[in-house]
Amino acid sequence: MRVTVIDYKAGNLTSVLKALVHLGAEPIVTDGDLLLVESAERIVLPGVGHFQATERLDATGLTTAIRAAIIRGVPFLGICVGMQWLYAGSSEAPQQPGLGHFAESCARFTEGSEKIPHVGWNSLEVRPASRLLANVEPGEFVYFTHSYKAPVTADTAAVTQYIEPFAAAVERDNVMGVQFHPEKSGDTGLKILRNFLSWSAEGAA
Amino acid sequence: MITKRIIACLDVHDGRVVKGVQFVDLVDAGDPATQAARHAREGADEIVLLDITATHEGRQTLLDTVRRTARELFVPFCVGGGIKSARDAEQVFTAGADKVSINSAALADPTLITAIGASFGAQAVVVAIDARRDPEAANAVRDAQVFVHGGRKPVGRRVVEWAREAEQRGAGEILLTSMDSDGTRAGFDCELTAAVSEAVSIPVIASGGAGTVDHFVDVFARGKADAALAASIFHFGVSTSRSLKEELARAGVPMRLPC
Repeated sequence: MRVTVIDYKAGNLTSVLKALVHLGAEPIVTDGDLLLVESAERIVLPGVGHFQATERLDATGLTTAIRAAIIRGVPFLGICVGMQWLYAGSSEAPQQPGLGHFAESCARFTEGSEKIPHVGWNSLEVRPASRLLANVEPGEFVYFTHSYKAPVTADTAAVTQYIEPFAAAVERDNVMGVQFHPEKSGDTGLKILRNFLSWSAEGAA
Repeated sequence: MITKRIIACLDVHDGRVVKGVQFVDLVDAGDPATQAARHAREGADEIVLLDITATHEGRQTLLDTVRRTARELFVPFCVGGGIKSARDAEQVFTAGADKVSINSAALADPTLITAIGASFGAQAVVVAIDARRDPEAANAVRDAQVFVHGGRKPVGRRVVEWAREAEQRGAGEILLTSMDSDGTRAGFDCELTAAVSEAVSIPVIASGGAGTVDHFVDVFARGKADAALAASIFHFGVSTSRSLKEELARAGVPMRLPC
């Protein structure tokens, strides 16, 4: 199965690509070939680092192409900053708008006695309706590394606690995002990527 | 709840895992890819591959090793040793590492921290610090000194200040090795680890001195470490990361279990 992986020069794609290959998918990387988005069967938007890097998506026309693909019903998965981009924006780069698929905005963890960034393995409290996180049992752990986070809302698919509860995953129909790194989260992460790869509109309950 | 990490460390020389005391009397301990996969399967939360090959030809071997090791490894994977430039780091990332660990090169040119972070993100830059307490100083811990070349040569910098500067320049984590404790199996330097951990907001990985499970309990509690490097402990009674983590969990340390 072909998966269009968006490269917007925010970090290293190698880990995501090899996880997709491991699961039998055929990743195709694009940093601006809109045809690859227009013909995409599935789209993955990885990304680590600064929210400002997403400006490249606007400059290359990828934002518009991805929005159209989402409306067509193409399954979409954003990872880390790729998830945050699904929201209206982030206080990390207030002038840079996100896709706005989810109306809220991302913000930095509240300063206090805990360390920021949040780095390491933390647990997920999965909401029962989530299809992306199907079969993820209570107490399974995934790997995080981030300083900004999305708020818990009706679209939240899993909640994680660090300093405050935040959205570890978001999901509305074909649009999904994970704050953690499924490609670095052992068997649990591979299971979640497999759920994404097998997601279909017909599969909805 | 966020858990404390147990990181398995593989010393690699010319493409093979080696075991030895202070890099002397090296014994072949297998293929890095096989060993890394085994550690991941046995519960390690992360893998560090430390290349101790010094030669130029060794770099190409290292990249092949990283590529083979990363292929089927789905936990965080850090590579250190001999990374002297942003170009070196890029090659290691492209081969499949998630993080690089830099030590003497960062001391020689601290802008390297920022340069790697700008391309690959701060989370991908681990600054490794080899530290010794300064027995002459008024406060041996606060004035602990940074060393290079395996703890033989002081560079004239205080550990806590260098850790803080590394953070400001964009390091994502600090890997702190106590050269006083390294190889002793008498426990981590918890006071020094705590001093560094309290001075920075980024995670601190403690290394050097582990001999018993209690030493890990100590470095997470008193040492305020976020992660600990496990190497020689696997030769001395504790067989796997999983059994180490199970014992730590019984002692009240939050661990990723089952794993």
